[in-house]
Amino acid sequence: MSTGTAERVAPPPLAGTSRQRRLISGDRVFEAIAYGAAALILLIAVIFVVALFIPALPAITKFGLAFFVSRTWDPVRIQFGALPAIFGTVVTSAIALLIAFPIGLGAALFLAEDARLRFLRGPLSFAIELLAGIPSVVIGLWAFFVLTPLMRDNVDPFLKHTLGFLPFFQGSASGYGFLTAGIVLAIMVLPIMIALSRDVIRAVPRSLREASLALGATNAETIWSVILPYARVGITGAVLLSLGRALGETIAVTMVIGNRPQITSSLFASGYTLPSVIANEFTEAVGDVYLGALFYLGVVLVLITILVNVIARLLVWRFTSPETASA
Amino acid sequence: MALYLTGDRVGMSFPLIRTLVDRLVGGLIVLCVSVAAIPVLVLLLFVLINGLPGMLTPGFFTDAPHPQGVPGGGVLNAIIGTLEIVGIGSLLAVPVGALIGIFLSEYGRNQVGNTVRFISDVFTGLPSIAFGIFGYTVVVLTTHHFSAVSASVALAVLMLPVILRATETALVLVPNSLREAGLALGAPRWRVTLEIVVPAALGGIVTGALLAMARAAGETAPLLFTAFGNDIIQTNPLQPMGALSLTIFRNALVPYPNLQQQAWAAALLLVILVAATNILARIYVRRIQR
Repeated sequence: MSTGTAERVAPPPLAGTSRQRRLISGDRVFEAIAYGAAALILLIAVIFVVALFIPALPAITKFGLAFFVSRTWDPVRIQFGALPAIFGTVVTSAIALLIAFPIGLGAALFLAEDARLRFLRGPLSFAIELLAGIPSVVIGLWAFFVLTPLMRDNVDPFLKHTLGFLPFFQGSASGYGFLTAGIVLAIMVLPIMIALSRDVIRAVPRSLREASLALGATNAETIWSVILPYARVGITGAVLLSLGRALGETIAVTMVIGNRPQITSSLFASGYTLPSVIANEFTEAVGDVYLGALFYLGVVLVLITILVNVIARLLVWRFTSPETASA
Repeated sequence: MALYLTGDRVGMSFPLIRTLVDRLVGGLIVLCVSVAAIPVLVLLLFVLINGLPGMLTPGFFTDAPHPQGVPGGGVLNAIIGTLEIVGIGSLLAVPVGALIGIFLSEYGRNQVGNTVRFISDVFTGLPSIAFGIFGYTVVVLTTHHFSAVSASVALAVLMLPVILRATETALVLVPNSLREAGLALGAPRWRVTLEIVVPAALGGIVTGALLAMARAAGETAPLLFTAFGNDIIQTNPLQPMGALSLTIFRNALVPYPNLQQQAWAAALLLVILVAATNILARIYVRRIQR
């Protein structure tokens, strides 16, 4: 287009065009605000990471990576290691998953598959949602006053009597310790385990079930050899997301684990987990190194949970995304 | 499993052992679902029975806590604290979260949007105590003292992913024909978004905000090193402040019956508060949908 034509065509500034220009600039402003909000969450994420490391720095510089393998947690001599807390976190989470995995899977199969007692589905789904909404401090309060005496007087003596030849069920039982904390965690991760596995099982194509039943398999055989193999990846994701929740649970565990930094084979013994050390000792921590060691535990905890969660999200996402489901 | 006709009902019988295994598995599944539902009932029952007497004690709603060993006292400080901390947190989180949700739905079909979604998912999975550390470093360390505001900041970040995902989901569900109708009438995109799409999706956004508030009100770990707790009735957000969750945590661990009773009563109050917020959210959705 020649400049001459452009000059000739160039219209006088009409009211309409200026209005249009104003509208378009309004769009630009709004888009900029929206992108600004998106940038804000990226900024928060960066600050979040930095904020985790800053208060931990005195301990990170003093103990370095040896922090992960040291068994000492001695505020008096200012020697700190994360191993007892990592041990407690792993043990309690493992107990929680051992309990919550079979129960959660069974409940999910009921909600997604079982056609008997159909009228119970609504109330049960509601009850599980309710459990997910109960604050963890309330569960902790209940566990502290109701569950620990029950464990001390009934469950622990029973286990000692029947399974006492195993090293896990020996020693004196106070009611506070790894086992009680694991059971509390199991109750707390059940809702997420059930809800996620239910969704995964529902995503199994109906034609597969019908094919299996048409071949003469019973419902149990269909579950075992068709539904569970198909849903395996997604259920693994659900377990890992439950694990992520169990690892980071703070208050309820702090109230029942007994709070003692030790590594023992007995599940009746008092212990510690990563978040419960932080919650329990924060008010009494004096000095940069002690406080720093607590926040160093926080860094360890966050790194572990991020790792577990990212793997879990990838698994669940791979299973429920439509491209892979149809392939 | 009456949904599918099993073999014996259509005339070809399974070998006995297979039928037995099938029945056994069916029984186990029912057992699992009952075991999963029991804790809820037991828990709520205990909270109700142990909490009611404390709640009916005169002064529970109107007094500050008495010193340890002195009978009586209430949790007014904690009620004010929970409402104020969560209130300020919501003021911070709801507008930002809604705006990010609008971004994700209207402009976020790209790499930036996916990054934001990924970060939001990572935040959802983080232990709540990590948000406390965030509030501690960002506000407490810079202002040199504990405050309700630092707790609000920590809870705001905790609420953000819930709100933005709810907003995105609600906005995506708005039919595109509404957007096209608005644009065809000559309205700019920002007015279409704010005056047509957002009002149509308001139910979902409000629900997300209410659910986030319910979750924040129950949190304890993020408050430990931010709000810190305060037995005096305090309304200044720049000062340390009590909260219902902190009252429950601290009172449970002291050997005074009146304080323990207060912990149960505070637990009942917190559960009622959280449940009411949840129910409100559901009712709101239903009313909007109609």
